[in-house]
Amino acid sequence: MKKRFKLTDLDCANCAAKMEEAIKKIDGVHDATVSFMAQKMTVDADDARFDEIMKEIVAVCKKVEPDCVINL
Amino acid sequence: MNNLTRKQRKMLYRILAAAALLAAVKLLPHLFPVPVWMAVPLFLAPYLIIGWDVLWKAVRNILNGQVFDENFLMALATVGAFATGEYAEAVFVMLFYQTGELFQDYAVGKSRQSIAALMDIRPDTANLELEDGSLEEVDPEDVEVGSVVVVRPGERVPLDGEVLEGVSALDTAALTGESLPRDVGPGDAVISGCVNQSGLLRVKVTKPCEESTVSKILDLVENAGEKKAASENFITRFARYYTPCVVIAATALFLLPTIALALLPASAQPAFLAGTDWTGWLHRALIFLVISCPCALVISVPLSFFGGIGGASKCGILVKGSNYLETLARTETVVFDKTGTLTQGSFTVTALHPAGGVTEDALLEAAALAESWSSHPISVSLRKAWGKDLDPSRVTDVEEIAGHGVTATVDGKAVSAGNSRLMEREGVQWEPCELLGTIVHVTVEGQYAGHILISDLPKPEAKTLVEGLKAAGVKRAVMLTGDAEAAAKAVAQELGIDEYHAQLLPADKVEQVESLLAKKSPGAALAFVGDGINDAPVLTRADIGIAMGALGSDAAIEAADIVLMDDNPAKIATAMRISRKTLRIVKQNIWFALGVKGAVLLLGAFGVATMWEAVFADVGVAFIAILNAMRCLHVEAFKK
Repeated sequence: MKKRFKLTDLDCANCAAKMEEAIKKIDGVHDATVSFMAQKMTVDADDARFDEIMKEIVAVCKKVEPDCVINL
Repeated sequence: MNNLTRKQRKMLYRILAAAALLAAVKLLPHLFPVPVWMAVPLFLAPYLIIGWDVLWKAVRNILNGQVFDENFLMALATVGAFATGEYAEAVFVMLFYQTGELFQDYAVGKSRQSIAALMDIRPDTANLELEDGSLEEVDPEDVEVGSVVVVRPGERVPLDGEVLEGVSALDTAALTGESLPRDVGPGDAVISGCVNQSGLLRVKVTKPCEESTVSKILDLVENAGEKKAASENFITRFARYYTPCVVIAATALFLLPTIALALLPASAQPAFLAGTDWTGWLHRALIFLVISCPCALVISVPLSFFGGIGGASKCGILVKGSNYLETLARTETVVFDKTGTLTQGSFTVTALHPAGGVTEDALLEAAALAESWSSHPISVSLRKAWGKDLDPSRVTDVEEIAGHGVTATVDGKAVSAGNSRLMEREGVQWEPCELLGTIVHVTVEGQYAGHILISDLPKPEAKTLVEGLKAAGVKRAVMLTGDAEAAAKAVAQELGIDEYHAQLLPADKVEQVESLLAKKSPGAALAFVGDGINDAPVLTRADIGIAMGALGSDAAIEAADIVLMDDNPAKIATAMRISRKTLRIVKQNIWFALGVKGAVLLLGAFGVATMWEAVFADVGVAFIAILNAMRCLHVEAFKK
């Protein structure tokens, strides 16, 4: 399942790249892109565990860029 | 000032306060003597005002395991400067860094806004017609298929639909980049996003909001960033190694000379260590840290692509991803489908050859009248060529003979119009035509009246197309067609096409494209241009599939990588020029940023560069690169 989320306060392009990198490493995530320009995140992950995976993604992003909020 | 966000304004005040305070602290010793021990607390005040958040973020990120983060690096560099007694410099560097970040934030926000504004073609409201005939302003998303909306002059068509009532001209510029208005009347399909210019239209909605043309286009452009270009990926990979490498180099730059100075006796020290002490080396190492953030690159490359895609969409060219823009710039061979792409795909009367004693007008009038009841494309083209009103009551006893033509009684005379088979069937002696195309022979009362040549003409814009493509760097233009050899040759010669292949079945086209793919030089790309209707396999097989005339055609939007919103083939050259410009800017930014950073690193290692150059190499370069990237958005020169 592929879903898109809007991001607020994603301030640095390098952080976006780091977030993307970190999300891709999460188990069950097939693909992910974090667009600094569009302030958007696209996640392609296992259907069954999607909500669970999203929680992990939020946690990971908090670590990389604590100011950035994912609008679920 | 007014267009800064709250966050940005707060930062601006902090910068101003810290700058004022720093100036005061610098002036203080000139006014009255200040004890030496006061220097640290005095400079610490402006430093903390401007830098507290950087310090805080550095600590927080280290706790989160993010070591090589720009906040950490700036914190380390400035705290280090403090430690070596360079108080003013520490404050200055932090002040500069924050100013640069603010500029950067502002510039990126601005460019994001201008791209968003560019794509702001989605109408906010629709005037829904209620059962009692009154109007209610609603969100287009709430309008159901089948309901009726009213579009007043000056308003955007909110949803795709069909005109029930009213005549108007629609401005499609937002979708196609073309300012030529399109006339619509009852029964015509209208597309969301167009601006109604003159009359009131009542439109029956045919598609829900999320499937409307404008939603699809916006979706496509907004998500174009997901498909990243190779240079974007290169930069992200580069950034991952760059920072740690520079930090390690900085550590080595400080530790090695310091250890050497401490351990070796003065006589055994190499020449470059002479006259230096550990604080000098620490200072050089700190300069390294300031330059170690890869932000200029990481921001400017996607920003350039984003701008290029935005600029292209301003011209009615939709690019589905940065990677396609990059590939397009490398295109060496362009393969065209003929019908509908290079030619109009509709028939036009191109020559009248009346037999002896018959005028051209009489010939055309007879044919147009005889065919006036038919909706066959050839009949339509005859009526269009005649151009005047036809009185249907003059025509009786119409009979359409499939595969042959039409016989009818016109003004009491028997007229037949059709191909050579019809002539043979009627037993009339006909003359062959030396020109290429579809021939309509006409007889009046059994006498041969001459023939009319109808052909599929090249689009007027196609004539300068090959020239434009060559100027944009394309080496070869190839045309593929299912048409007969002779017709293909004529079009190819007229348009200056380098190579053509005629009489191809759809499957043969894929084969031809594959053999052309095999022949291209390494690193170059092949683009295929089609109308997207029956060439989906070829569109996907080519490195870049370009579909044209996509306004309203979902299939084309689906299959292609680049979509031209209108029928103008000259847009291909425009797309090519935009892509090359974008790539040029991306390269400029990469080399500029790497060059300046490299140079300052080198100067810093030899103790020539100061913190000032280092801050410029960091935020200054980022700022310039962002401004350069913004040029991608300016496509006015290509629009014409």
